[in-house]
Amino acid sequence: MNRPVSKDFDIRDYLRLDRMPHFLCPGCGHGIALRALLWAIHELDLNKDKLAVVSGIGCSGRLSAYVDANTYHTTHGRPLAFATGLKLARPDLTVVVITGDGDSLAIGGNHLIHACRRNLDLTCLMLNNEVYGMTGGQASPTTSADRYTTTTPLGNHEPRFDACKLAQAAGASFVGREVTLQLPALKNLIREGIAHAGFSFVEVMSDCTEIYGRKNELGSSPEMVLRQKHDVRPESYGNQVERPFRPGPWQTGILARDERVEYGAAWRSHCAQHGGGVAP
Amino acid sequence: MNTSTQLVNLQGNRACALAAIAAGCRFYAGYPITPSTEIAETMAAELPKLGGVFIQMEDEIASMAAVVGAAMGGAIAMTATSGPGFSLKQENLGYASAAEIPCVVVNVMRGGPSTGMPTRPAQGDVMQARWGTHGDHPIIVLTPASVPEIHAQTRKAFELSERFRIPVVVLYDEVLGHLVETVELGATGAVTPVERRYTRAARDSYQPYAPDEDGIPVMARPGDGYRTHTTGLTHDTNGFPTQDSVRVARIMERLLGKTDRHRDAIEQWHCIECDDAEVLVVAYGISARAATHAVHTARARGIAAGLFRPITLWPFPERAFAHATRHAHTVLVPELNAGQLRLEIERLCAHNPAVHGLHRLDGETLTPAQILADIERLAASKPRMRRVGDSA
Ligand SMILES: Cc1ncc(C[n+]2csc(CCOP(=O)(O)OP(=O)(O)O)c2C)c(N)n1
Ligand code: SF4
Ligand SMILES: [Mg+2]
Repeated sequence: MNRPVSKDFDIRDYLRLDRMPHFLCPGCGHGIALRALLWAIHELDLNKDKLAVVSGIGCSGRLSAYVDANTYHTTHGRPLAFATGLKLARPDLTVVVITGDGDSLAIGGNHLIHACRRNLDLTCLMLNNEVYGMTGGQASPTTSADRYTTTTPLGNHEPRFDACKLAQAAGASFVGREVTLQLPALKNLIREGIAHAGFSFVEVMSDCTEIYGRKNELGSSPEMVLRQKHDVRPESYGNQVERPFRPGPWQTGILARDERVEYGAAWRSHCAQHGGGVAP
Repeated sequence: MNTSTQLVNLQGNRACALAAIAAGCRFYAGYPITPSTEIAETMAAELPKLGGVFIQMEDEIASMAAVVGAAMGGAIAMTATSGPGFSLKQENLGYASAAEIPCVVVNVMRGGPSTGMPTRPAQGDVMQARWGTHGDHPIIVLTPASVPEIHAQTRKAFELSERFRIPVVVLYDEVLGHLVETVELGATGAVTPVERRYTRAARDSYQPYAPDEDGIPVMARPGDGYRTHTTGLTHDTNGFPTQDSVRVARIMERLLGKTDRHRDAIEQWHCIECDDAEVLVVAYGISARAATHAVHTARARGIAAGLFRPITLWPFPERAFAHATRHAHTVLVPELNAGQLRLEIERLCAHNPAVHGLHRLDGETLTPAQILADIERLAASKPRMRRVGDSA
């Protein structure tokens, strides 16, 4: 179980190989996102014993179980609240949260905005596949206009969230977005997010190929992932990915960064001022 | 070291918070709600001095999630709330129950349903405390009846929760929460804080949910190299989900069997004049205060009345209760609800002895006179009733 970590990135150093094969559908963008996370962890040379991965409920939520670290598969929408307790109790752990668009923007929306506001040192990876993958393809708060889901059989009529704008407005001190196709860029973004001392929100534009892709005739899994590139206009490589697979002017890369006081550090200095030593 | 005890006047909620701190609680996450707020306020003032963590979360769902997160990190953790907030705690209380995460939840009961009567006492959450979260699950519920007992039972809650890895609910009502009584605080250092038990197993053979000889799995501390998985999905001894029916049956049997197997360590009760009681009053919390008075008066009037007071409400101390009813022809259950514990008592008695309820739902407490009137009426309704002092 305890593989020595090789110098070059070998994903097997970070996976629980005894949990393979994983349950994701072939071509699912969440698998690419997981690879990017583990690659970032490798480049940061993080000690797996001191790494905690907290996830919610959904296909995205299942990812924590595959990571060879301290992993917590919590309740739907609550991983940020759980991680808040964990990180405050254990500032020595690096805490990464994996959540879905439904998990963090619908049921967990309140927890997301307050996590952004507090600025506790957590890294939140929001895997946005525009759909509730786990429950079989219902509309989510990020479903694009007119898309078909099982609960929008006539096409989606609801407006969607721009999660990064939401996170920025709520005060997240690090906000970024990347598509799964750009794996090295995504890895770099996640690495920056983890290294940032404060709350980091990273939106990963991921594909639910099997359910959402099929229902909306977006092509086969590889086609769907390649669409991300196909639709990128050459002039948009300066951080603009237009119509990759979701219409709209999605900015990618680091969208906001602000070095403001980290919540845990602020709490501990507050304690120190009142005679309380460092939390045990 | 100061070995003398200290007598202090404390409000119930404050006694609860101070007992939690004495028990070693160093993490509190909560959301303000009457009539429990003084617990949060005390924690907010005291925990920083000890290097602990107090955090006011965005709601009760988040506070309960933060508590289980902190507990998994190794903190001795608690939250406190009242009715509407208790409803919101249920989701992650269930998670704590399933993933066997030690934690304490205090519910200071107020009038319900819904927003109800925030400043009035009630005992309407008896069944919610037992069955509030979905699915069959183990839970322990303690119901103190005085401020000193709030202090003692809050301490006990942490001890039981750590030992059996079951969330423990401390359940009392608005009157007890705001009542001021004298508490004898132990000498400095007399209350030993609870300690989490951690595994010393070899890292590659450790199974996070393999039971020890008592049926309780031993936790691993994150950071110590065990790198385990925790989930609310039904999980095998290795911590990972399973739906294998044979294994799931065994897993559920162990999980639900924890309270049964350790009844002797969990169940607490108090008996007044139960030995020859013919009319047995079963009361808890604030109602037990009035009942105690009523039973003493009844005795003075020659009626063989007794009081069985469960301190552990769930699991209900069934055997002790059965023993207390051995001479009773009637059981009276006065409660500030529509008869929630009465249902359980009826189940246990199977109508022998007969069970009567006395319910009050108007936001006032039951008075000794009300309970006494029922005791007298019920005593008189049994012609062959033996009086205290009769020969035989
Ligand atoms: C309280 C609660 N409500 C509903 C569900 C059912 N449920 C499971 S996953 C899910 C949606 C997940 O969608 P998302 O967060 O986008 O994750 P994805 O599967 O797309 O990665 C829902 C509604 C649940 N598990 N818990
Ligand atoms: S249902 Fe969609 S999101 Fe879930 S694993 Fe399959 S492709 Fe991925
Ligand atoms: Mg989704």
